[in-house]
Amino acid sequence: MDETRVLTRNIREGREPVWRAEYEAAGGWEAFKKTLAELKPTEVGELVKEAGLRGRGGAGFPTGMKWSFMPRFEERPEERPAHVYLVINADEMEPGTFKDRLLMEGDPHQLIEAMAISSYAIGADIAYVFLRGEYVECQRRLQKAIDEATEAGYLGNDILGSGYNLKIYLHMSAGRYICGEESALLSALEGRRAVPRHKPPFPAASGLFGQPTTVNNVETICNVPHIVSNGADWYKQLGAHKDGGTKLFGASGHVNRPGLAEMPLGTRMGDLLEHFGGIREGRRLKALLPGGGSTPLLTADHLDTPMDYEGVGAAGSRLGTGTMVVMDETTPIVGVLKNLEHFYAQESCGWCTPCRDGLPWVERILTNLEAGKGHPGDIELLELHTKLLGPGKTFCAHAPGAMGPLESGLKYFRDELAALIPDDSDTLSLTEPANTASNSQV
Amino acid sequence: MIELSQTEIEAIRHEMSLYEDPGAATIEALKIVQEHRGWVSDEALEAAAVVVGVTPTQMEAVATFYNLIFRQPVGRHVIMICDSISCYLTGYEEILAYLKKTLGIEFGQTTPDDRFTLLPICCLGDCDNGPSMRVGEDYHGRLTPDRVDAILAEYK
Repeated sequence: MDETRVLTRNIREGREPVWRAEYEAAGGWEAFKKTLAELKPTEVGELVKEAGLRGRGGAGFPTGMKWSFMPRFEERPEERPAHVYLVINADEMEPGTFKDRLLMEGDPHQLIEAMAISSYAIGADIAYVFLRGEYVECQRRLQKAIDEATEAGYLGNDILGSGYNLKIYLHMSAGRYICGEESALLSALEGRRAVPRHKPPFPAASGLFGQPTTVNNVETICNVPHIVSNGADWYKQLGAHKDGGTKLFGASGHVNRPGLAEMPLGTRMGDLLEHFGGIREGRRLKALLPGGGSTPLLTADHLDTPMDYEGVGAAGSRLGTGTMVVMDETTPIVGVLKNLEHFYAQESCGWCTPCRDGLPWVERILTNLEAGKGHPGDIELLELHTKLLGPGKTFCAHAPGAMGPLESGLKYFRDELAALIPDDSDTLSLTEPANTASNSQV
Repeated sequence: MIELSQTEIEAIRHEMSLYEDPGAATIEALKIVQEHRGWVSDEALEAAAVVVGVTPTQMEAVATFYNLIFRQPVGRHVIMICDSISCYLTGYEEILAYLKKTLGIEFGQTTPDDRFTLLPICCLGDCDNGPSMRVGEDYHGRLTPDRVDAILAEYK
């Protein structure tokens, strides 16, 4: 399967960024000009809906539908609130995910143009990029692209004589995984602890500072200029299975050539692994996380899975961010699960009890199992947690996400985990909740 | 109570101007103070709260929530080693053990010469270069013990 370069068409080996002149020479900013000249805001939304674009940040929600939840004020301008916001989720912290960084470092104007078109579509007058604190190189490059775009008249007031106004700002986060949850992200952007909010109201009704707000992922939104330029039908036929478009796929862990590649959505999982050089040292695949830390594990039995939303869903996992974490046959599954659950326990915001207390408990059980100190009943206790921390039991998707790999780990590797319990162990499990401060923070 | 420098105050006020509610600059204010002072002391936190117009308690609630705000003094260079899944699979544990041995410190500690502080960090988004760490603002991937020696030597 070949690479299909739409989002990465300008991106160079080494990521030397494409600045305005070069971006324009390659057709950049034309989609925004076309949008302002030829399309009504709602028509952009219809186009995106028709193209079938779905969120690339993990949840896979249809983008056009998300936009359609935004209140419209064209017919009743007197009711327009002080501001309407677009917020780009660039808080890339899903374990094993490194794709948005490429788009922002390699082609910063693409994101800024995409934000301009998308802001116009939802009627936003201010847009923020919520950028993870460590991505300082992205910050420098995006800020330069924003400055260049402002200078060229693509941002500001009465853009290109259209009467449309837009400002774009960067917000550098101070680091917490939960900021990637869209309502927690809005809390963080308001300068507070990143605690998720109750839904409803959804951000479209009451988002940033209580105003209508849409939150979209970087990669998702980077598709928009291409859809506007080439049409919904062109976009749909880019996919290799049921969903349209391309995807930035990645592989890390035990592959020979870890990295990123833009391929048709629905590319066969086995072909992707081959693209990344196969499993290291000629070994066999044991398991992989198809799209980041919170997507359930898949195994060598799933190599024929088409990597799109439907395909990975049918295999019992989620496409997630599309960046695979690959484990060879020598990998102890208990170590993998302990590493993941440590991450989720540490990154729980602490707002709701099942997540705050349940995740450290899970981590402690796995720590004991790994150290040969497990007890009979531990496997059942882990299984119970996958129910008690599952969907609907917690305030947001953090704990259910954490249970994805655990539940699948128990499904595929139950015997391996059970074999870790010593024969002479006590019959009672007296596992104490783990001390979450085990990783000292300054 | 101490006062912030004019540079800090101006930088914070600029951030406040970018939001409908100036209080949204709380996180940036902490980052600005930290950039100028290396870490955020109680006194600096209170002074920043005055500039932003929030209470010290609100400021503190935010300061203790986020990973990149330091509420204790740190060394000249903060090493953050990624402890997430891709780096775990590619040898994080060996690199961590080597760092601890070489520097003679544990997580959360600073070398006696104030040169390095060692901290864990979640997935750095450098997964194809694991094991990976950040020293100050710089990323360093594909770490081996030899490479760690060479990298540490770059930071005086």
